[in-house]
Amino acid sequence: MTAVATRRTAFPWLRFGLLILFVVVFLIPIYVLLVTSFKPLTEADPGQAWNLPRTWTTEAWQVAWEKLAPGLWNSVLLAVPGSLLSCALGSMNGYVLSKWRFPGADVLFTLFLFGMFIPYQGVMIPLVQLLVGLNELTGLQGVFYGGIPGLVLAHVVYGIPICTLIFRNYYVTIPDELIEASRVDGAGMLRAYWSVVLPVSGPAIAVVVIWQFTSLWNDFLFAVFLTGPTSWPTTVMLNNIAGAQATPYSQQMAAAILSSIPTMLIYVVLGRFFMRGLMAGALKG
Amino acid sequence: MLVRRARTWLPGLLLVTPSIVLIGVFVYGMLGWNFRLAMTDKHDEVSEGKFVGLRNFIDIWDQPRWHLSVNHAIVFTVAFVVGALLLGWLLAFLMEKGIRGEGTFRAIYLFPMAISFVATGIVWRWLMNSGTGERAVGLNRLFDWIGLPQWQWFRDPDWGMAAMAIPAIWQMSGYVMALFLAGFRGVPEELREAARVDGCTEWGVYRHVVLPLLRPVTLSALIILGHISLKVFDLIVAVSGKQIITDVPAVFMWVAVFDSHDPAKGATIASYIVLSVAIFVIPYLIWSVRKERRS
Repeated sequence: MTAVATRRTAFPWLRFGLLILFVVVFLIPIYVLLVTSFKPLTEADPGQAWNLPRTWTTEAWQVAWEKLAPGLWNSVLLAVPGSLLSCALGSMNGYVLSKWRFPGADVLFTLFLFGMFIPYQGVMIPLVQLLVGLNELTGLQGVFYGGIPGLVLAHVVYGIPICTLIFRNYYVTIPDELIEASRVDGAGMLRAYWSVVLPVSGPAIAVVVIWQFTSLWNDFLFAVFLTGPTSWPTTVMLNNIAGAQATPYSQQMAAAILSSIPTMLIYVVLGRFFMRGLMAGALKG
Repeated sequence: MLVRRARTWLPGLLLVTPSIVLIGVFVYGMLGWNFRLAMTDKHDEVSEGKFVGLRNFIDIWDQPRWHLSVNHAIVFTVAFVVGALLLGWLLAFLMEKGIRGEGTFRAIYLFPMAISFVATGIVWRWLMNSGTGERAVGLNRLFDWIGLPQWQWFRDPDWGMAAMAIPAIWQMSGYVMALFLAGFRGVPEELREAARVDGCTEWGVYRHVVLPLLRPVTLSALIILGHISLKVFDLIVAVSGKQIITDVPAVFMWVAVFDSHDPAKGATIASYIVLSVAIFVIPYLIWSVRKERRS
C-alpha cells in the first residue's frame, strides 16, 4: 500500500487522539508481558501486578529458555523446510494456473480454494490414521505420526491452496508476451518457468515464505494431534508450561515472548510482504 | 485437433497433478472419510464400526454439553465478528484520509496477527483473571484503580464467551483494518469529488459513495472472521484450558477423541464444524471466482 497524501480532514486532532488511545489499548498486553517477565518471584503478587519491577532480573527468562529451547528448535525444523516446500509447490501450481491453463482450470482452482477454508478438525482423525498407517508401512516409528516429518507433510499439503493463490495472483501480472516470446525462441513450459518466471518471482516467494513460516510456527492444532513429546514444537511446549499451575507468571510470560520472537522479527523486517500476504488471503489480487 | 491442443496444455496439467492428487486425498478424501466415520457406531478404538446412517448426528443433540458448546460458539462468533468488524472499520475510517505516523499506527494495530494464539492466550488469561478485591490481578485490578466494576470475564456463565472474544478481537481487528483501508483507498477520488459537486455533504459522500463500494471488502472480512470463529480452538485452550465453562465444538471434539476415545463422536462434531463453515464459504467462493472471470 502506498502512502497517500494527507487530505483535508474533519477533526484531525480528534482522529489522532483516538488512534493514540487505541495504540495504548493494543500495547497493554505487551506491557504486561514485558514487565512481568522481568520480575523476580517475590514481586509476583497481585498488589503489584501493574507496577514496574523494583528489581529487574532475567531469572524468568533463563528458566523459560531452558524449558522452551527444544520446542524452539523443533519449530525451526518444522517451519523452515515446511515453508520452502510450500513455496516450490505453490509456485509451480500458480504458474500453470495463470499461464498454461488447461480445460477445467477454473473449476480446479475453486476446488483448491475451498481447501483454504476447511476447518482442520474435519480432516484430523483420518489424517492421524493415515500417518499411523505410514509409520507401520515404512517401519519408521515416530516419523510420520508423532514426528516432525508428518507435521511438515500436513502443513505443506494444507498450505497448497493459499500458496497457489498467492503465486497465481502474482503471475497473472506478468505479461503473457514474455512467455510467448520464450516459446517462439523454442523454450518449453519448464524452460519458460525457469528462465522467465522464476527470476521475477521474488516478491511472491517472500510473501509465501512469511505466510507459511508464520502459520507453521504458530500452529497448535496439528501439532497437538500429530506430534509426540520429543517433537513438540514451541506452541505445544508453551501451552504445557503455562498450563502447569506451579509455573510463576514471570516464567510463563517470558516463555510467551521467547516463542514469539521469530515471527515478530519477520513481521518487523518484512512487514510490507506480510501485509501483501494478508491481502492475498482475502482473495484480493 | 484436440490432440494438437492437448500438447499445449498437457505439460501444465502434468505439473499440477501432484497437487491435484494431494488435495484430492487430503482435503476431499479425508473430509469424506471423516463423514463416513461419523456415520458408523465406532464408539471405541477397537470395534469395526457398522454403518448407522445419521444417527450420531441426531443423538448428539441429546447431550447437554453439545448444546452448551454450540451456544458458546454462537455467542463467541457474534461477539468476535461484530467486534472485529466494527473496530477494524473504525481504525481504517480514522486513518483513511492519511494521518501523520500512519505507517506506525498500522504496524502497531497489525502486529498481534504475527503472534500465536497460544502466546497471547497466556497474557490474556492473566488480564482476564476473575479474582476480585485484594486478589485482583490483570484488568480487574486496573479497573478497580480507575473505578470501573470488576468482572468475571470468561468465567461468567452468560457473557463469558463474549469476554473470550476480546483477545480474538485484539488479534484480528488490525487485519480487518488493513482490508478496509485498502477498500477506502480503492474508492476513486473522482467519485467522491463528483458527489461533492452534486451537493453531498462529507457524510453524504460516505453514505452514498464510499460505504456501498466497501461491501465486497466487508463480505471478505466477514467470511474470513466467520470461518476462524467457528473452528476456534487454540485461543480457548490457551486462555481457559479445557474447562466446560468455555467449551466450544472444537474443544469438545478434542475431548471426544483423546479423553473419551470415541472416534465416531469426534468425527460427528468435526462434520458439524465443517458443515457450518461450508454453508457460507462455498457460495462465497463460487461468487468470487465468477466475479473475477467476468472482469
